[in-house]
Amino acid sequence: MLLIRCPYCEEERPELEFRNAGEAHIARSANMAGESDDDFEKFFFIRSNPKGIIYERWRHIHGCARFFNAVRDTVTDKFVMTYKAGEPKPSKLPKNSNEVVAK
Amino acid sequence: MAKAAAKTVATATSSAERRPALAGRTASATGVKVEVLPPAERISLRAPEASVAALSKALGLTLPKTPKTSASKGGRTALWLGPDEWLVIDEAGKNPLADCAGVSALHSSVGISHRNIAISVVGPAAEAAINSGCPQDLSLEAFPVGAASRTVLGKAEIVLLRTADEAFRVECWRSFSDYVFTFLSEGARDAAG
Repeated sequence: MLLIRCPYCEEERPELEFRNAGEAHIARSANMAGESDDDFEKFFFIRSNPKGIIYERWRHIHGCARFFNAVRDTVTDKFVMTYKAGEPKPSKLPKNSNEVVAK
Repeated sequence: MAKAAAKTVATATSSAERRPALAGRTASATGVKVEVLPPAERISLRAPEASVAALSKALGLTLPKTPKTSASKGGRTALWLGPDEWLVIDEAGKNPLADCAGVSALHSSVGISHRNIAISVVGPAAEAAINSGCPQDLSLEAFPVGAASRTVLGKAEIVLLRTADEAFRVECWRSFSDYVFTFLSEGARDAAG
């Protein structure tokens, strides 16, 4: 079983307590009614789906119930790091993650 | 006919009694005893950081701010569930909902006394019995006495509180109580075997 670090509980907890909530850092437009169909499609449907590092929202639904963000590798399923919701996308990933990316 | 119906209703009202789910059910195996605990008063409390001091004063105990901890005083226990969420259990018969009602600081307190059922799991094999369906590390180092956490047991969500080295309180929704109790008794049997 994967252990996922919850930034609110400040410890690693079993994956059964968590639920994935899609890609992170997708900003909703402040003027939704003024969006063109193309822009709305991009916001609503189009996801990056990369092979490798992905930034996702996760929820500790059976724990503290909080949403947070996680950096995960889609190839190895390894969690690189997690951070609280609302915090900016980390510009630098922890050192050992380079190894994960290279694979 | 109408008269008979009316009579039945009247009888039902006069003999109304509270019958908590699973009342009095117990199960034991070597080294562990699973038992349904008597009803208690409970509230679900949500509050921002700024209201915590006022609520702590009204409830008569300090609401814990550290993850996975609880605070207990005079039969009342507050369990940290999330950064702004607590489960307050009162076993002394006092109503925490009434205590919070007078607090003007922003908060939400909801009475959930009848929503939850508490099950005690006691004995040297209690840890193993709960671990049969709960994936958390329940060793004393990781989950010391007083530690509390919302987690899962099998397919149900539970709130777990360690009340002593070899004693746990398992809180679950009453509609899950049959499942949780049966799961724990089977877990107890496995842990004993």
